[in-house]
Amino acid sequence: MKKEQLLDLYHQMVLIRRVEERGAELYQAGKIGGFMHLYIGQEAVSTGLIAARESRDRVITAYRDHGVALSCGISADQVMAELLGKATGMSKGKGGSMHMADVSKNMWGGHAIVGGHLPIAAGFAIGDQYAKNDNITICMFGDGATNIGYFHEALNLAKTWGLRVLWVCENNQYGMGTSVERASAVNEIRQKAEGYGMKNSQVDGMDVVKVYEAAKEAMDYVRKEGQPYFLEVDTYRFRGHSMGDPERYRKAEEVKQWQENDPIGIFNRQLLDKKTATKKALDEIEARVDEEVAKAVEFAESSPEPTMEDLYTDIYAD
Amino acid sequence: MAKITMREAISQALMEEMDRDPAVFIIGEEVGVWGGTYAVTKGFYDKYGPDRIKDTPIAENAIIGGAIGAAMVGQRPVAELMTINFAFSAMDYVVNQAAKLRYMFGGQFMLPLVIRAVGGGGRQLGATHSQTPDAVFAHFPGLKVVSPGTPEDAKGLLKSAIRSNDPILFIEHATMYQVRGEVPEGEYTIPIGKSKIQREGSDLTIVTYCKGLELSMKAADELAKEGIQAEIVDLRTLRPLDMEPVLESFKKTNRAIVVEEGWKSYGVGSEIVSRIYEEAFDYVDAPIIRVAQKEVPLPYNRTLEQAALPQVHDIVTAAKEVLK
Ligand SMILES: Cc1ncc(C[n+]2csc(CCOP(=O)(O)OP(=O)(O)O)c2C)c(N)n1
Ligand SMILES: [Mg+2]
Repeated sequence: MKKEQLLDLYHQMVLIRRVEERGAELYQAGKIGGFMHLYIGQEAVSTGLIAARESRDRVITAYRDHGVALSCGISADQVMAELLGKATGMSKGKGGSMHMADVSKNMWGGHAIVGGHLPIAAGFAIGDQYAKNDNITICMFGDGATNIGYFHEALNLAKTWGLRVLWVCENNQYGMGTSVERASAVNEIRQKAEGYGMKNSQVDGMDVVKVYEAAKEAMDYVRKEGQPYFLEVDTYRFRGHSMGDPERYRKAEEVKQWQENDPIGIFNRQLLDKKTATKKALDEIEARVDEEVAKAVEFAESSPEPTMEDLYTDIYAD
Repeated sequence: MAKITMREAISQALMEEMDRDPAVFIIGEEVGVWGGTYAVTKGFYDKYGPDRIKDTPIAENAIIGGAIGAAMVGQRPVAELMTINFAFSAMDYVVNQAAKLRYMFGGQFMLPLVIRAVGGGGRQLGATHSQTPDAVFAHFPGLKVVSPGTPEDAKGLLKSAIRSNDPILFIEHATMYQVRGEVPEGEYTIPIGKSKIQREGSDLTIVTYCKGLELSMKAADELAKEGIQAEIVDLRTLRPLDMEPVLESFKKTNRAIVVEEGWKSYGVGSEIVSRIYEEAFDYVDAPIIRVAQKEVPLPYNRTLEQAALPQVHDIVTAAKEVLK
């Protein structure tokens, strides 16, 4: 990767982190409601993964979607506006934290039914196969989602029909309070892809460059071979499952250990060690992010609420 | 009488029945180590251990299907759906299996299953996580559907449900766990399939249940300030439906409104209104009004969501309308 691209990834990761830190504050202040699932700790995944796509490739994910939205090029302004339920959010304030989508950027949503979006991802690929193009659908989901039937139906179909889907399992070790060992028959989740004869691999999700490289290779395969691929990304969420999680299911030391592996910290050191950037340059990026986030909050807070008429729009197309 | 929350009432019912009958066990997502998503089973895992408090993978079909199987061979599972919206993921098991297996095999076995499910809107959870689809489930013969509106009823009805030999969907409301109410000291049960007058009045009848009860009680207070006495009939069980108290009240007041949180079309209110017209037509003095959710998927935005949900003032307005 070129220097500019690497710095862009750094910018993106810091942006995701800061948007969410601000988001958490606004949630505590009662300005954001509903469920809000933070991506903090997992920033390297969406950043590295989506950097490897072409803009025509579609992305679809679960409700832990702020990072994915930002990685797809949706502005912090819009993400913040959707969090605040404003008319200027990409889902016009009707979706909220869990339902961020901007199909013009090929971000097809955060989806809140666990595993529910996997057959839909297969469906995107059916659409592309039917249209005879070689677009890829990148479908992200959690470790917990690999235990529900939707997952198995979708993987089986993808392999049987040769669908261009890159399945990306973000293994953050827990589905809510249930660890992988307590919920999954196999601890190495990529083994589930083996069962469907699907090519697969595993990558360290705290290292953005490794994620990027693994994703690039996987996407090349999917595009060329017209076959699905399964990528397991090992990562960790530093915060609770959603806001207000008492976190009785894991020890503080475990969280601390992972936090020492902060993906932003790792990347920061890499950039300095390889002399890709000076400390000053990285500080400048962080300062720019702070401005961007402050502006986004201002934009969101000053944006209009949806109107009562909006309650009845977009129920049907006809 | 002790005053406790809905959460405590449900929790007590589960614990008392688990202590009473070793065949009772709990199965669902985050019921154990987490202590229940709504903290209803907090402390259960430490008390009963993993054999009786089964944390499952995210697999609604395996939860409900598995509970059905265990019930068929003599256990008494209480399966928990984190929210009723996930019942749609397990719809085949709820309506195609649980509701039909005994009948289809000529009554060869019993199916003593309770499915606890949390429903309701008002928490800004967006369209897929906020539904009140109670009427959908009440549509199916073979399934019983219970949805209490007070801690006393919740405890007594849940205990009956666990002792019942049939599949019962027990619907709780996500915004009502903190609701407080008097509960009798000691052991008691409340029969399934019995409606109840929760407030007496002579001017009009409000038929409702669950969240609608909470709202209707507040509306009745407001109406009383203006000299209007509303009688409130709480259905408590949607199937089998006990129309007796409804009809009795209606024959006295001749005017009614029906209040539910779910959508109006094809809803609980539609059923109640038809039954009144079928069974007490001669007593009708004014068209019966249904107060229900606007016909939209629920939005995230707080103001819009509240506008779509039935409110106390909607009930007050409807009550005055039927009294015109
Ligand atoms: C069908 C369904 N069942 C249960 C839930 C409740 N739920 C929401 S997130 C979640 C855990 C998912 O874990 P995982 O897939 O590992 O994703 P993570 O939250 O770790 O990103 C559960 C059980 C749901 N939304 N949908
Ligand atoms: Mg997970």
